[in-house]
Amino acid sequence: MPATNVSKATHDQGHARVFDLADLSLRELNQALHQLTPGSNETAWEVLNPKGSHSVAVGVDQPVAIDVRGSVGYYCGGMNAGGAITVHGSAGPGVGENMMSGSITIKGDASQYAGATGRGGLLVIEGNASSRCGISMKGIDIVVHGNIGHMSAFMAQSGNLVVLGDAGDALGDSIYEARLFVRGKVESLGADCIAKEMRPEHIELLQGLLDRAGVTDVKPSEFKRYGSARTLYNFNIDNADAY
Amino acid sequence: MTYRNPPTTPRKSATFDDYTLSEIRRAAATGIYDIRGAGAKRKLPHFDDLLFLGASISRYPLEGYRERCDTSVVLGSRHAKKPIELKIPITIAGMSFGSLSGPAKEALGRGATLSGTSTTTGDGGMTEEERGHSKQLVYQYLPSRYGMNPRDLRRADAIEVVVGQGAKPGGGGMLLGQKISDRVAEMRTLPKGIDQRSASRHPDWTGPDDLEIKILELREITDWEKPIYVKVGGARPYYDTALAVKAGADVVVVDGMQGGTAATQEVFIENVGQPTLACIRPAVQALQDLGMHRKVQLIVSGGIRNGADVAKALALGVDAVSIGTAALVALGDNDPRWEADYNELGTTAGAYDDWHEGRDPAGITTQDPELMKRVDPIAAGRRLANYLKVMTLEAQTIARACGKNSLHNLEPEDLVALTIEAAAMAGVPLAGTNWIPGKNGF
Repeated sequence: MPATNVSKATHDQGHARVFDLADLSLRELNQALHQLTPGSNETAWEVLNPKGSHSVAVGVDQPVAIDVRGSVGYYCGGMNAGGAITVHGSAGPGVGENMMSGSITIKGDASQYAGATGRGGLLVIEGNASSRCGISMKGIDIVVHGNIGHMSAFMAQSGNLVVLGDAGDALGDSIYEARLFVRGKVESLGADCIAKEMRPEHIELLQGLLDRAGVTDVKPSEFKRYGSARTLYNFNIDNADAY
Repeated sequence: MTYRNPPTTPRKSATFDDYTLSEIRRAAATGIYDIRGAGAKRKLPHFDDLLFLGASISRYPLEGYRERCDTSVVLGSRHAKKPIELKIPITIAGMSFGSLSGPAKEALGRGATLSGTSTTTGDGGMTEEERGHSKQLVYQYLPSRYGMNPRDLRRADAIEVVVGQGAKPGGGGMLLGQKISDRVAEMRTLPKGIDQRSASRHPDWTGPDDLEIKILELREITDWEKPIYVKVGGARPYYDTALAVKAGADVVVVDGMQGGTAATQEVFIENVGQPTLACIRPAVQALQDLGMHRKVQLIVSGGIRNGADVAKALALGVDAVSIGTAALVALGDNDPRWEADYNELGTTAGAYDDWHEGRDPAGITTQDPELMKRVDPIAAGRRLANYLKVMTLEAQTIARACGKNSLHNLEPEDLVALTIEAAAMAGVPLAGTNWIPGKNGF
């Protein structure tokens, strides 16, 4: 990556380093983000003209704020570790896949597999999320202001999925220890997923999640909790019909 | 004295043989299918059905021990900034920590490193034992994503996107509760003691177009440094290879049905997928049709046992082979010295395949702290290195006899087949004829 090329299309605007994908390649953006070292002064980034690009700001591993002005394609913020990424648009499939820590906020809607296999951090989707939201999640917290599609939280292992709207078919199919909180209607529950009692610790947990996601006009008591019945944890031939 | 008609010798059915009868009784008693480790055990067309022709008047050989026969191979030169350079074309296949003990994983790393080759993680994440002791480590990217994280992705030497494996194309992983120790549970983010059924499909992509985007993401995260392999089970080797190349793979790994698994249904292992021998020519043909043979490297695995198998695979157009079951045997798996223990488990050395139960007398496919002490990682690693050395010398012996100064100069014209089946699968003439079944219209 020739340094002269970079200086042409990136510049400081206020406090943010602006990176225009109309002039620079995805490779140059991600390389520049990966070259950040702990304590770098470049803590605010702005990405212009994403125009549905895939893999925008993947593998970020420093606590920097990245504002993406527009919609992104697949895997935006994939494997994010510490970055605070905001997409001022909608996100394609697999946004925040395998996120480790940090946060990702989608101002619009998200496509399939949002937060897939995420291990930590917070994913906020201010619009709706499509099918398989939180699939195989492993510790991530996901807050969706709108609705989520079918097969969400499939094989979800750990973490919390909060849905202010409705959930589609087969929510939490084959779920392990993840917690699901849905405020609206659930079309149907998947295998081994059941409604569970909201105890005080869950109210407290949910309030914390809503606070972190900036949700102020909704009370935890409006939600129902869903989780694993744990009947499929060890194979039993008498459960074969459940699969 | 009364006359008795001469009796017939009691005859057992070839269809309902002893194994089949025992399986029917077992199924009737338990109501559950049989789960086991390893690959297909049935007799299949294999490398044994091929022979090298050697040198003659029209070909002259190289001197053994005197003339050089190169064994090195570079994997991943298509797109990766840092391709893998191996001294020998035999790599160690992916086997998970969880399925295997920590000392066994360490021994695989040690043996591979001594031999100048790579080893591979598995469906359970990367352990310090294997990273520390493997000079070149391939990190598997699996549907379960157990233990997946960007730090390990970046400290890997290559990334293998696993779509399927030969023992169970279309099947997911399985690790039963008895092998889920605290450490295994933590690495997989699951409660201790529960059965872990890894997904059969990736959670965030389906189909070749998505795979291309997924590979782009992995390249971007790792700054285009690492070779990216795509591993498929031996299902549709022509199309799977072509689609992996189209999706941007640097290396395609094709695993035939003799390739092992930690645990899968017996019915799956023996009835789904194709023999390794049947997978090679279609995969090579796909690369040739795309003009990518030798540009995208092909690794084949499943039932590779000796230097002759290596040489035959390479002669058919493969760049490297991978071993799993054979490597475990070199470490000590199924060793007759534990015969009494095998007998106690109702089996015998050489037949033990209940790897999922975690009671492996050899201490390899277990998480039992006492049993795993039976593997000395240094000594076992040395045995693996010795074995790899023998395989390499054997392959070189054959290559020199065929007049080749590199294992990769072996070619299909050096081979004939002993059976019509093998001739058709390998695309080489039936011995003593110039007939290649399926070629030239008959």
